[in-house]
Amino acid sequence: MRLNCTVNGEPRQADDVWAGESLLYVLRERLGLPGSKNACEQGECGSCTVYMDGTPVCACLVAAGQAEGRDVVTVEGLADGPVQQAFLAAGAVQCGFCTPGLVVAVHDLLARDSAPTDPEIREALAGNLCRCTGYEKILDAVRIAAAS
Amino acid sequence: MDFLQPSTWDDALAAKAAHPDAVPIAGGTDVMVELNFDRRRPPALLDLTRVAPLTEWGTDGDMLRVGAGVSYRRIIEELGSKLPGLAMASRTVGSPQIRNRGTVGGNLGSASPAGDAHPPLLASGALVELASVRGTRRVPVDAFFLGPKRSVLEPDELIAAFLVRPGGVEQFAKVGTRNAMVIAVCSFALSLSREARRVGTGIGSAAPTPIRALEAEEFLAASLDWEARGPVPPSVARRFGELVAAAAAPIDDVRGTAAYRSHALSVLARRTLAWAWKGMA
Ligand SMILES: Cc1cc2nc3c(=O)[nH]c(=O)nc-3n(C[C@H](O)[C@H](O)[C@H](O)COP(=O)(O)OP(=O)(O)OC[C@H]3O[C@@H](n4cnc5c(N)ncnc54)[C@H](O)[C@@H]3O)c2cc1C
Ligand code: FES
Ligand code: FES
Repeated sequence: MRLNCTVNGEPRQADDVWAGESLLYVLRERLGLPGSKNACEQGECGSCTVYMDGTPVCACLVAAGQAEGRDVVTVEGLADGPVQQAFLAAGAVQCGFCTPGLVVAVHDLLARDSAPTDPEIREALAGNLCRCTGYEKILDAVRIAAAS
Repeated sequence: MDFLQPSTWDDALAAKAAHPDAVPIAGGTDVMVELNFDRRRPPALLDLTRVAPLTEWGTDGDMLRVGAGVSYRRIIEELGSKLPGLAMASRTVGSPQIRNRGTVGGNLGSASPAGDAHPPLLASGALVELASVRGTRRVPVDAFFLGPKRSVLEPDELIAAFLVRPGGVEQFAKVGTRNAMVIAVCSFALSLSREARRVGTGIGSAAPTPIRALEAEEFLAASLDWEARGPVPPSVARRFGELVAAAAAPIDDVRGTAAYRSHALSVLARRTLAWAWKGMA
């Protein structure tokens, strides 16, 4: 089937999409946007987090056809801003596999709440796993981004 | 595989009647995991996310009627004060990303004994509204589940909504290895209605289906000092906990042993009772 949706502000089209494939697969394999990572394909790790109609979702759990006509924003579509800078400044990136999903989740958190408390940060990032950093530097990055 | 995408409720029911083996998909948080891991290869998906009435809620007589496609996030944000028990359970589901997409209709559709929406729906005596081109029926939620991942939903039926009479003082508690992203080892929901002098319970993850603890409900309703609302005697709380644990039929599995589940349930029952009774004041 053919899929039409807006990705990072531009109308995009993908052909020969299989009905059972995920939005994550479409983004990475058909639209050349490998920023969103595929780590678990079961909603557990958050590394595929994208905005769909303004709401953060796991792209691996959205059926491609469900994105028809929707507005999708991936990590590639977020302007380089305080969140990414804070991740660099805090040393919150090691292997970097979790980073795109975390950047989207933190972007969403700070858009809703510019001064989140530590428990609010932890709750907002509960769906994003990182196997390298131990999270402390990630929490630092969120605090830095919030303050800047 | 076909992708059916009705935009009206009538079209959705017609599509399900014409393709009874099509798998409905709402938030996709259960369905997509099965597809991604090749555990399921249905001939068609029936996308329900364009069917607007499924995402609406409102009153129906003295009940609240909530569309099957309302997400956990919206239950928390919009129905937190009307359906406190379900909202508490919703807060424990998965992660923000999962709660943004996952729906109570999908939880019912999966009919897992561990589904977190089920105990509060059982405790508040909810009805599940099922529809097909043949008509609509409302099933008490304690008659909805038939076994692990099995329900009374017929192949041509869709879940339209659930209905709850709001106003109970409600609590929910869940045991897991951590706070986020956890399938319940066991869970318990309690609802107390002073006017009706009714006690409602729901047990999760401790029997082949989510269940009520009927004897515990009757015992507690008869033992509580509803009028003066004096303290709950420790002997009553203890007996209530024992009866809740006795109602369960847990098994040993990777998440916990049967003995642990029984013990934890009696603790959760006593705790939620103390919290709810305090909330009556
Ligand atoms: C990472 C992760 C964490 C999770 N954590 C929890 C948790 O803590 N607690 C919990 O209870 N669950 C949890 N789940 C499971 C899942 O999120 C829930 O069961 C959720 O309620 C499913 O809703 P959905 O809309 O995504 O369902 P879908 O995946 O779209 O559908 C689920 C089932 O219901 C059927 N269905 C959906 N809507 C209808 C309808 N209107 N009529 C008929 N059938 C329908 C589908 O055909 C399918 O069989 C988790 C899942 C993931 C991936
Ligand atoms: S790849 Fe989607 S949550 Fe892990
Ligand atoms: S930096 Fe490696 S997973 Fe987070």
